Amino acid sequence: MSRQLARRSIDHVLLERGEVANSWRTERWDSLTLLTPNWLSRLPDYSYEGDNPDGYMDMPEVLRFLDTYAERFSAPVETNTTVTAVTPNGSGYLISTDQGDWHGKSVVIASGHCNIPAVPKIAQDFPDDIEMTSPMYYRNPGQLAEGGVLVVGASATGVQLASEIQASGRQVILAVGEHVRVPRIYRGRDIKWWMDVAGILGMPYDEVDDIRRARRVPSLQLAGFPDKSMLDLNALTDKGVEIAGRVAGVNGNKLMFSGSLVNVCALADLKMKRLLNTIDEWATENGMDGEVEASHRFEDTRVSEHRRLELNLADGQIKTVIWATGYHADLSWLKAPAFDARGRLVHDGGIMEPSGLYVLGMPYLRTRKSTLMDGADLDSGIVADHLQNYLAKKLSVN
Amino acid sequence: MSDTQVNNGVNVEHLLGAREALESAPEAAQFKWRSSCEWVNGTHSKSTITSFYGLGDEQDRGKSFSIEADHPEAFAAEDNAPTPAEIALTGLASCLMGGVASVAQHRGIQLNSVKATVEGDMDLAGILGIDDEVRNGFGTIRVSFDVDADASEDDIKALVAQSQKRSAVFDCITNPTNVEVSVKKA
Repeated sequence: MSRQLARRSIDHVLLERGEVANSWRTERWDSLTLLTPNWLSRLPDYSYEGDNPDGYMDMPEVLRFLDTYAERFSAPVETNTTVTAVTPNGSGYLISTDQGDWHGKSVVIASGHCNIPAVPKIAQDFPDDIEMTSPMYYRNPGQLAEGGVLVVGASATGVQLASEIQASGRQVILAVGEHVRVPRIYRGRDIKWWMDVAGILGMPYDEVDDIRRARRVPSLQLAGFPDKSMLDLNALTDKGVEIAGRVAGVNGNKLMFSGSLVNVCALADLKMKRLLNTIDEWATENGMDGEVEASHRFEDTRVSEHRRLELNLADGQIKTVIWATGYHADLSWLKAPAFDARGRLVHDGGIMEPSGLYVLGMPYLRTRKSTLMDGADLDSGIVADHLQNYLAKKLSVN
Repeated sequence: MSDTQVNNGVNVEHLLGAREALESAPEAAQFKWRSSCEWVNGTHSKSTITSFYGLGDEQDRGKSFSIEADHPEAFAAEDNAPTPAEIALTGLASCLMGGVASVAQHRGIQLNSVKATVEGDMDLAGILGIDDEVRNGFGTIRVSFDVDADASEDDIKALVAQSQKRSAVFDCITNPTNVEVSVKKA
């Protein structure tokens, strides 16, 4: 966004509570990599310059990538500045921070949608002697007590943690609700390459069948392993992870899992087939069939006949629970009429109702890639155009 | 998506309109479903279903339905009606069936015939108090659908999967529910 504003000669400042790339720096586990291949981090006037375009950046690489970007364009970043409130104020906004106040004609919210772990209420019903954590605080299996681990949630985070914790010698039970199964590599190409070229990542938000639903879809079940292997439930079963249904209830020391596991797996298998059908059709229409490997389908998710419905939380089988159940955005500092009755931020492709307010980086803000680095260019360009017009109109009125 | 040629007898436009309306009026989406059951004799009972609450008001449908329940002769009962357990299985099948028709209509899939058969395993050692380790309810419930529709096999499977995802009774049976029973002396 800063780059887009600079291109348009619009004065601005970037307020950062910590250092550049703070969430990547301080809130991620050790083994995490990006889930997009390196070439797919195309920012305005900047992209991956290394020698492994098909690899996946680890966290130190992500930090170097973003630090270099900030330095190269001398982005006007005020680090260690925490915004405490943004309040409409006459012709613009009062931005209160722990380093003093700012006044801006316009404010662009780019604080992300992963600020507070979304731990379900049911966590409060677990016995006190079971340790609980979330991916925001988890770093590596060595932090965890010896003994079994229940990982709740089977999107990208949940499957990655289940895999590495199981490999550390702790028996993992993975509680699985609705999830989005995809292969890492399909017909010899990265799934993100297919999704990019076939226009799936770039599908505009106003052409989506049900945008409210699209904005709630969980993250793709992916990992960025160097060997590019697929990390689905079948792979986890092969590694020894026990697959169970969604966490449904706690009654005293008894944890209950939902009986819907077979169906959530069927939904994911069918959805993956539809994605691969779309890719195959695109490949044929675009004459790619000779250039890539042959079309094929993956084995359906295997669900054990002995899948459990209950777990005794008192017998020591499970020492730790990790809630890989997603995040909420923390916008408690935004003191403007920008939320609906359910407390959700209201915006139209990043443009908000209170004039001069914008948001970036929210799920399916304008396209499916709005939460990827690669989506920032398109979204920030459109928001910057709108912002520029807004400032021009304001100037002519004044 | 919806195809005007397809007619499964479901008014999808009305359902989508209701969803739109209820999203902006969450209190109208709060429903209460009811049934009242009276003992007849032995294990034979008769339930009556009339009003429900929803859309912010009492809804009197102007008629009532009744469902009887009993147990078979093998239980030393008179077998006047199906067992409550069979009625529960029936509730699951009919809930999924309604969902299949609605989803099919929304997706523009013409149904020609749909049949669902439900079977639930039950170990009577539970309800008879023979073994505390055995639950009273069903061990596994199997539902098998036979669907004749103008769609591919995967699209038909997706209909049935989506119906499970949005089914009230499927949710009741697969997930725990708080049940509060109160008693007063007449």
